[in-house]
Amino acid sequence: MSMESIYLAIPLAALIGSVIAGLFGSKIGRKGAHTVTLLGVGTACILSFVVLKHIAFDGNTYNASVYTWMMVEGVKFEIGFLIDNLTAMMMVVVTFVSFMVHVYTIAYMSDDEHNWPKSSRAGDNSYQRFFSYISLFTFSMLMLVMSNNFMQLFFGWEAVGLVSYLLIGFWSTRETAIFANMKAFLVNRVGDFGFLLGIGAIFAYTGSLDYKEVFAKLPEISELSISIIPGQEWSLITVAAILLFIGAMGKSAQVPLHVWLPDSMEGPTPISALIHAATMVTAGIFMVSRMSPIFELSDVALNFILVIGSITAFFMGLIGIVQNDIKRVVAYSTLSQLGYMTVALGASAYSAGVFHLMTHAFFKALLFLAAGSVIIAMHHEQDIRKMGGLKKYMPITYWTSLIGSLALIGFPFFSGFFSKDMIIEAVHESELSAAGFAYIMVLLGVFVTAFYSFRMFFLVFHGEERMDDHTKSHLHESPLTVTIPLIALAIPAVIAGYLVYPMVVGDFFNGVIYTSEAHPVIEELSEAYHGIFSFVLHGLMAPPFWLAMSGLGSAWYIYMKKPSIAQWGYDKFRWLHTLLDKKYFADDFNQTLFAGGALALGKGLWRAGDRFLIDNLVVNGSAKVVGWFSGIIRHIQTGYLYHYAFSMIIGVLLIISWLIFGVKHV
Amino acid sequence: MIPLSHFLILGALLFSISIAGIFLNRKNIIILLMCIELMLLAVNINFIAFSHYLGDMAGQVFVFFILTVAAAEAAIGLAILVVVFRNRRTINVQELDQMKG
Amino acid sequence: MTFEQFIFYIFATVTIVSAIAVVTVRNPVYAALFLILTFFTSAATWILLEAEFLGIVLVLVYVGAVMVLFLFVIMMLDINIDPLREGFIRYLPMGILVAIVVAAEIVIVLGSDTFNMAIPDPVPLSDSNTKALGEVLYTEYVYPFELAAVILVVAIIAAISLTMRKRQDATKHQNISEQIRVNSADRLRVLKMKAEEKQ
Repeated sequence: MSMESIYLAIPLAALIGSVIAGLFGSKIGRKGAHTVTLLGVGTACILSFVVLKHIAFDGNTYNASVYTWMMVEGVKFEIGFLIDNLTAMMMVVVTFVSFMVHVYTIAYMSDDEHNWPKSSRAGDNSYQRFFSYISLFTFSMLMLVMSNNFMQLFFGWEAVGLVSYLLIGFWSTRETAIFANMKAFLVNRVGDFGFLLGIGAIFAYTGSLDYKEVFAKLPEISELSISIIPGQEWSLITVAAILLFIGAMGKSAQVPLHVWLPDSMEGPTPISALIHAATMVTAGIFMVSRMSPIFELSDVALNFILVIGSITAFFMGLIGIVQNDIKRVVAYSTLSQLGYMTVALGASAYSAGVFHLMTHAFFKALLFLAAGSVIIAMHHEQDIRKMGGLKKYMPITYWTSLIGSLALIGFPFFSGFFSKDMIIEAVHESELSAAGFAYIMVLLGVFVTAFYSFRMFFLVFHGEERMDDHTKSHLHESPLTVTIPLIALAIPAVIAGYLVYPMVVGDFFNGVIYTSEAHPVIEELSEAYHGIFSFVLHGLMAPPFWLAMSGLGSAWYIYMKKPSIAQWGYDKFRWLHTLLDKKYFADDFNQTLFAGGALALGKGLWRAGDRFLIDNLVVNGSAKVVGWFSGIIRHIQTGYLYHYAFSMIIGVLLIISWLIFGVKHV
Repeated sequence: MIPLSHFLILGALLFSISIAGIFLNRKNIIILLMCIELMLLAVNINFIAFSHYLGDMAGQVFVFFILTVAAAEAAIGLAILVVVFRNRRTINVQELDQMKG
Repeated sequence: MTFEQFIFYIFATVTIVSAIAVVTVRNPVYAALFLILTFFTSAATWILLEAEFLGIVLVLVYVGAVMVLFLFVIMMLDINIDPLREGFIRYLPMGILVAIVVAAEIVIVLGSDTFNMAIPDPVPLSDSNTKALGEVLYTEYVYPFELAAVILVVAIIAAISLTMRKRQDATKHQNISEQIRVNSADRLRVLKMKAEEKQ
């Protein structure tokens, strides 16, 4: 089998599985649906590993067009694949996590019919529909990462946004789910608007949508400036880079376009794991890494990215401390970790950011799936204040959660340690103006991350059992289809970190991710790297480790030993708690300003434009004018015969006069 | 010999008299109809005069047809008048203004 | 002046005077009679122009038929003469003005060079006006001739259909549309009556 057909087979396998489950779901039943989608995604997963071996270990790269959609004035719009190390890595991550989620869903959605009201038919065949959606998502994400041109990238971008919308609002009879999926889609749209403007700018000045051609043209246009506001000249590359990053902000949920991610927890847990932890939200990070030649040319854009990323990393973590819904804690953790990845990108350590993307995919998906396992066991109870002491009931879930949490906080030897510390080191090395601020933010973020992770861990798995007796009697470990994915994800959560050598400081991404001499961060990191153990030892002495340990320790102390401290903190700093609980009032702000503003604008336009102008003035007005005019003309119709005859005579008179006196006689 | 213009002036005078008649007549529709006949007569005189002086029979043929049409028109006009009178009991033009706008 | 001119002037004067009289007299019957006089004198004028057939036709058809019809209608309608004369004086100046303007314009046209050219002796047409008319009417102008006949038929039908009054209940006939519109409620009424008790 040729490599081209393998490349084609990977997304198409997922797509075919999705189409069959979607269109024929009612006919093939539940077993048929999950079998066909598992086959599809499983094939994609195995083939992705084959591709990884072919690309990464044998050193090949593939960049070709598969299908030319159309040609307009010499510009080609085509579907093409660019498979290099970065793409191959993403493909493996996406398909592997997707496969795990598919297996997990078999158990999670097995009793889904309880989630729909009896009266509606919306819940028919919901099981098959779900599998179809998650396979469709896999297809879209694969198209996004395998793309070799902006158009296909944008197609994949929009498609994952669409499937995210469908899945967040999967339980469509719930109002909150519908609010959440609309919010996700609309906020994404704002990001996509910036993204499209960025693509447009690139296209306008380079004349092509293909990555290779665009990157080749960059040196020519790097000095150009454009003025959007008359009089203000900005560098073209900066404008394009910032616009592209706005797209990444929407998709990867950076402040201020982060508001959709916590609400996306309305969807079933498997998709929180797949989409909102491991894959879709990382599309923005992937895109920025892919566009590294563009970003490297603009310090302003990199500073902007640093600031946004670090704000997200720290402030979102803070909100995680006060959340009581198990999924929300993990959601804010995701937001915070995305901030870390973004900070790495801003510091020009693209490979570190992508490495953290990979490790994060594993341990965050693991944490979500473990949370889902707890939710199943607790009969869909999600409030951690009603849990506790689950360790002895669900050992596998317990141990995998522990692995995931340790990886998250950056405990030595776990994968998160390597990727996070690399990022922090990179920020420390960076010489950009915002790097100092970013460094402080990410350091503080380490403490916060450890604190909220273990707050959740202790409240759920340790301590006194706060659930009611009925639930307690039903507590048991989840079935194999749940625990096997947990274990399968825990393994890379531990060992993926050891890939730091080739991936971050080695030459895995050479030729794929480009860094300029002005930002030699990765070079400096590679020089300072002397192997795994020395890295670990060095890390044990560095601030992040101590901050993480103090965070863990404080969480243990407060929530296991002396809960009264938590109560004291709540009473004393009520204003802080409210601020965090209301998510810095971002949602209220958006609701009042944007949603309320749009409504007010619409109402105003309706009243002034539609009702007054069009209805009153134009429609009724023209009728009134006609009426007024005819009221005047009406007086000519007297009804008297002699008047009519007289007017005829006058007409004849006028014509004759004109003929006699007006027309020149020959 | 009587020059052509004499006949034409005769026709012209008859025509203008009938126009005055239409305009002045406010009370009697029948007079109106009679004035219309006068107009047609004036035109006929013109035609016959030209036909005589140019030696072309077309003028007289045309008069022939004008007579026909005038007769038909007078008949119908009077029929309408009769019907109006039956309904309105008046032939006073000033009282016949139902078509007022 | 020659005899011809003399005759012409007399007839022309009478024509114009009687035309004015048609417009001005009170009594509509007198107006009709003056119109008849106008027609007679213009018929004489036409005969002067060697159009004898048409002159006779004018008298026969126009006076004999149309004016008689006028007189019939005038006498048939029960006209109240007195209120008919008001307002005449008020509009007289305007009417005279209009008439003078029209006449002046026509005279201007007629007085121009086109009409004062030296008129050759009138070409004598064929000996009989009737014959000449007939020669042309049934050959060159046969189509308008037939159309004129159609117009007359139309006029007959129109006049009859306008004025004919049907006698009430003169004939029995069916009104199909009303027959179709009938529904059972018009014809049948169902009563509920209590059964009488057995005696």
